[in-house]
Amino acid sequence: MGAPFSSGRMWSRLRLAICTFAVIYLVAPLIVVLVISFSSAPFLTFPPPGFSMQWYNNLFTNPAWFNSLITSIKVLIPTSILATSLGTAAAYGLARSNFIGKQIVMGLLLSPMIVPVIIVAVGIFGVFRALGLYGNLLGLIIAHTILAIPYVVMTVSGSLAVIDKRLEDAALTLGASPLRCFRRITFPLIFPAVLSGMLFSMVVSFDELVVSMFISTPVVRPVTVQMWSNIRGSVDPTIAAIATLLFCFSLLALLSERAAARKVKKEVDE
Amino acid sequence: MSSVAKSPMSRNAWLIVPAIVVILCFFFYPVSWLLIDSFSRPKWGIQNYEAVLGRLVYLKVLLNTFTISAGTTFWCAVIGYPVAYTMAHCSKRARRLLIFVVLIPFWTSLLVRTFAWMVLLQKTGLINQTLLTLGVITEPVALIYNRIGVYIGMVQVLLPFLIFPLFSVMLRIDRNYSFAAATLGAPPVRNFFRIYLPLTLPGLVSGGTLVFVSSLGYYITPALLGGPADLMIAQLIERQISTSGNWGMAGALAVLLLVATAICLGVVHRIIGVKTAWGR
Repeated sequence: MGAPFSSGRMWSRLRLAICTFAVIYLVAPLIVVLVISFSSAPFLTFPPPGFSMQWYNNLFTNPAWFNSLITSIKVLIPTSILATSLGTAAAYGLARSNFIGKQIVMGLLLSPMIVPVIIVAVGIFGVFRALGLYGNLLGLIIAHTILAIPYVVMTVSGSLAVIDKRLEDAALTLGASPLRCFRRITFPLIFPAVLSGMLFSMVVSFDELVVSMFISTPVVRPVTVQMWSNIRGSVDPTIAAIATLLFCFSLLALLSERAAARKVKKEVDE
Repeated sequence: MSSVAKSPMSRNAWLIVPAIVVILCFFFYPVSWLLIDSFSRPKWGIQNYEAVLGRLVYLKVLLNTFTISAGTTFWCAVIGYPVAYTMAHCSKRARRLLIFVVLIPFWTSLLVRTFAWMVLLQKTGLINQTLLTLGVITEPVALIYNRIGVYIGMVQVLLPFLIFPLFSVMLRIDRNYSFAAATLGAPPVRNFFRIYLPLTLPGLVSGGTLVFVSSLGYYITPALLGGPADLMIAQLIERQISTSGNWGMAGALAVLLLVATAICLGVVHRIIGVKTAWGR
């Protein structure tokens, strides 16, 4: 598919140059992090003088890093379950009902994604301190769930809007109970979106820094906050190693979401 | 049909309740509480707003926030427009590759990317080394802890927000307009500025506004890549709390940030709808 109009050679060269630059610009930082995580030098030099796995080793043997990694996982799992169930239920409720003020409810559900995160962080810090949700796992789980719900609502709503509603109507007309209809018809159809929402909420939780920074203590500290407190002090490639893990995690999430979407599409086509 | 569908219809609305309750208690309440603080702490009145708008230090931060956001939006548009154009009008394979590349930042941690720039931009970093070897510069340039560093980091983070809305608008453009103009003798440059650019303007405006809005509240990137002169409003809010415990001022700054955000998003919503714009 060609361009809608032929531009001069100079312009198309300029465009190509900008695109090449953009690709390098977007990808370069990641490659640097990946490479440096295997560096043998104790400081951040690029290109690294040699290869070693010591920073990954450090990640699992240094108690500060290891504990923060465990904390992150302890927060991430309940967060993704909570956000996915609450978000999916809300998305279904919104898509299959009619009431006044639906737009407002939708806006409210999406607002944690829209309000600047620093405002959420400071507000949550003030209130959670008073509620005893400061410096413990429960506080982090609740905060991350709030931030993840919009992503689940958005992906699942999008899927509910495009699936063939006649299939549900048929099941209901033929006497299936609403619950059975959801379990046997709707849920299998929206499953890729639910899964993708869940993976999104995992990534959101694993990646969250600003709110966590306000409500965590050195004892209960997720890995991003640990990174943050290290990043400005003595920086060694351990940060690059954890960054690589974070990236692989996101990539895995992206790939499994794509695979699930493709599989359901194939089944529906057949 | 109606008798079958109606009863589950109204019952379905109850499914929204748990999520709404959680959001109201742990999001809406804390945020409103902070906003009310701006009027109530240390005493009722508008003294916090007078302080924000009356003191030069604070005005400087507001100006910084605006300038950095506008600059970031500008550079995102300059780089993003050609990329979106290429994405919309190239072969299927090239498009898939470009979409993947643009999506990568979406899926990688902000902290990780900012950290990578810290490595690349430092005095002994790759960029300085390359420029020195090539003989472009004779001594290392300061690329970090100043405005340049903030721009490099923020544009990279926010570029996808501009590219995707623009790309989706470009895909839907009826190419016959440009063909007609070309057939009628319009030279390519004129064709672009009179036909193509106006048609893609909604995408450009909504993408640009999204970038602008997101920049306004940015915290991590400017905090790590910027210098003392690049303080933005989010960092100021954080400092009000962590160093002086000044909730009233933090609240007033939060109100300003929120109002600016709401106005900008209102503009995007008028053009294409917030949901489409934010869809990643």
